[in-house]
Amino acid sequence: MEYVIEMLNIRKEFPGIVANDDITIQLKKGEIHALLGENGAGKSTLMNVLFGLYQPEKGEIRVNGKKENITSPNKANELGIGMVHQHFMLVEPFTVTQNIVLGKEPKKKTGAIDIEKARKEIQDLSDRYGLKVDPNAKIADISVGMQQRVEILKTLYRGAEVLIFDEPTAVLTPQEIKELMEILRSLTREGKSIILITHKLKEIMEVCDTCTIIRKGRGIGTVNVAETNPIELASLMVGREVNFKTEKTIADPKENVLHIENLYVKDSRKVDLVKGLNLDIRAGEIVGIAGVDGNGQSELIEAIAGLRKSRFGVIKINNKDITNLSPRKITESGVGHIPEDRHRFGLVLDYSIGENIVLQTYYKKPYSKAKVLNNKEIYKKAEQIIAEYDVRTPSVYTKARALSGGNQQKAIIGREVDRSPDLLIAAQPTRGLDVGAIEFIHKKLIEERDKGKAVLLVSFELDEILNVSDRIAVMFDGKIVAVVKPKETNEQELGMLMAGSNVSGIGEANGE
Amino acid sequence: MANNKRLITILIPIISVLLGLIAGAIIMLASGYNPIAGYTALWNGAFGDSYTIGETIRRTTPYILTGLSIAFAFRTGLFNIGAEGQVIVGWLAAIWVGLAVDAPMIIHLPLAILASIAAGALWAFVPGILKAKLGVHEVIVTIMMNYIALFSANEIIRKVLTDGGTTTESIPATASLASPWLQSITFYSRMHYGILIALFAAVIMWFIIERTTLGYELKAVGYNQHASKYAGMNVSKNIVLTMVIAGAFAGLAGAMEGLGTYGTISVMSGNINIGFDGIAVALLGANNPLGVVFAAFLFGALKEGAGEMPTGAGVPTELVDIIIALIIFFVASSYIIRWALLRFKKGEK
Repeated sequence: MEYVIEMLNIRKEFPGIVANDDITIQLKKGEIHALLGENGAGKSTLMNVLFGLYQPEKGEIRVNGKKENITSPNKANELGIGMVHQHFMLVEPFTVTQNIVLGKEPKKKTGAIDIEKARKEIQDLSDRYGLKVDPNAKIADISVGMQQRVEILKTLYRGAEVLIFDEPTAVLTPQEIKELMEILRSLTREGKSIILITHKLKEIMEVCDTCTIIRKGRGIGTVNVAETNPIELASLMVGREVNFKTEKTIADPKENVLHIENLYVKDSRKVDLVKGLNLDIRAGEIVGIAGVDGNGQSELIEAIAGLRKSRFGVIKINNKDITNLSPRKITESGVGHIPEDRHRFGLVLDYSIGENIVLQTYYKKPYSKAKVLNNKEIYKKAEQIIAEYDVRTPSVYTKARALSGGNQQKAIIGREVDRSPDLLIAAQPTRGLDVGAIEFIHKKLIEERDKGKAVLLVSFELDEILNVSDRIAVMFDGKIVAVVKPKETNEQELGMLMAGSNVSGIGEANGE
Repeated sequence: MANNKRLITILIPIISVLLGLIAGAIIMLASGYNPIAGYTALWNGAFGDSYTIGETIRRTTPYILTGLSIAFAFRTGLFNIGAEGQVIVGWLAAIWVGLAVDAPMIIHLPLAILASIAAGALWAFVPGILKAKLGVHEVIVTIMMNYIALFSANEIIRKVLTDGGTTTESIPATASLASPWLQSITFYSRMHYGILIALFAAVIMWFIIERTTLGYELKAVGYNQHASKYAGMNVSKNIVLTMVIAGAFAGLAGAMEGLGTYGTISVMSGNINIGFDGIAVALLGANNPLGVVFAAFLFGALKEGAGEMPTGAGVPTELVDIIIALIIFFVASSYIIRWALLRFKKGEK
């Protein structure tokens, strides 16, 4: 069998840790090969070795059967290896064409850039692979999904035969994911080979031919996707049985914790996005908000948390009016908030894990006294939380920036849950996380419910909403249009409700 | 890894200084001067005898404070270009209180010092509040405030503190930081007690930034305003507070000149540059209090030593300005040094 890429027995060490140990991955021509592993298992490190960003301590890399020493990304490009990074590397004010040719501009005889030639070439590439990219559009004006396609075009333009995708679906909407899968298939039809870094089992089952699994830096093995199933893949990845269905008892809701009445909130463009919303959440229940992105979910949460002013209406916690109070007052009223965007809101990335753990409590005893910080207590708390919430970090003094996404999220959840708030808001709490971490987070949310707390869950993942919630509130166009029980509904019905169509038999909770 | 990073952070300014001196030597050679004689003169001018050492320390004192002012603001993500104006108003306020008040030293001197702090803080409060409430960029406002300080101070000196004169009377001994003892051990240099105040201020800055809830908030706001807001911190209040504290440090630098070195204030024809040099000091000191102290000392020594270069080696004093500019250039382009250091490390393996 002819392989385009072989990485044999790769070992990569960093001071103090072995990131990759004895990992072998062999990529056939024209296949989509998944690289599966938990957050922080060493997938990205391995691919950075292939892309020439790191040099392995042991093992060898063969390209088309020939042993190669890949010393830099430029060398990788020469060998026909291209990488589509998770965080795009694009110049926003530039057009698609300008971004793609950057660093490899075609020149006219006069030395000027031949942008017209580049434009044509890009148009051809885009047509051939069905990317539907407009070469003249500005990056700042196109969607995230389109930007990703520009990244794909960038590698193709540079003559890549092997494309590495680093968690490409983490930033995409469900529709965009579907389209990306189609693009991946059309790439392989044209003879390209693909390595897909992911921890989403659904995607692997859908498009991949083979799957190599790594766990805690070690290669576990390679399986043929046709001969396996998600449950086997999950247990190979995590190293134990994984429950997809989170087990929980029937909710026993008590008194009302959150009461929202006729709430109006504007977004940053000064347009009402929450329009007369009513919602109640009781102690001991999880209410999931289902809705298509952009129907006011983010604005609703920001209004509850005090990060955005509401224009009209009332928000009460335990019967106390908290409408338009400061975030600190609201936090002190018993609200915990796992924010949607953990890098923007949830963490100060340049602070250590310990400093992040006390982000809302640093001014209180025992973390400070007479305005002087007590580092001993701060780091003691941090030690407790990283142990309890399984945050994998070299130490509590490590900067939050250095942790993987899943561990950052676990640290945030640990911090919020540990304060034991009466209302816990969890916005997209498992976005971008692997099954092991997702299972863990769901368990924690249910644990809070069982302790008699109210939980508000907002998620775009219908699986998650159906799995975890005790009641589902469907949000459409700034209002709760229906409240359903997870057992009495299904994805199709939710999908219809989320799209704003009326399903008979379900009373509109807050109709006009 | 962490140790490595730390080492590199310390090595960069040191290497920058060396590169600056080497480049200075090359420029001297190219212009027909003897670099060894030039640097010998520079050294002698700064550390040659007890007098020059005293003067070097005297020069270092305000640099420490303006360096701290800029470094402090920078830790919250603010750029205080207004240290210059804050020094001027601090100086003016100290002298004014020194001349206007009649009190024993134990009241008079602290009062004059406090006046300088208050004046600097007030001067920085204006850009702070404009930034916090209206989002006006602090760089623009602080630059404007520098001119307002300069020309208002000149007018007050002419019309209020003197009768159309250009220099005020000397302040009485009860408001002076001058120290006969320090003067006598440094062969009658103008070295004064201010250096102790400056070093103490560095300790204060370290304590605020590293040990207090205020420092925790200020750094958080500097790193990530969104997360700070999420955490319930008052971002606007912190911006104003940062500017006020930064201004207090710079105002205090004015007191060092007024109450310590000169005992008077004179009409200024233009910028006095202590504030602007503070930007370079903060940059070279990596916005770290201890780093600022070292960087200020280097600047003090270079500026003081420069005076000896024309007489000792026939080299124009401007050469020192070139060297300082080159050092700043190398610090600012530290990426190159970082890259070279890492290369070198790899080579060792």
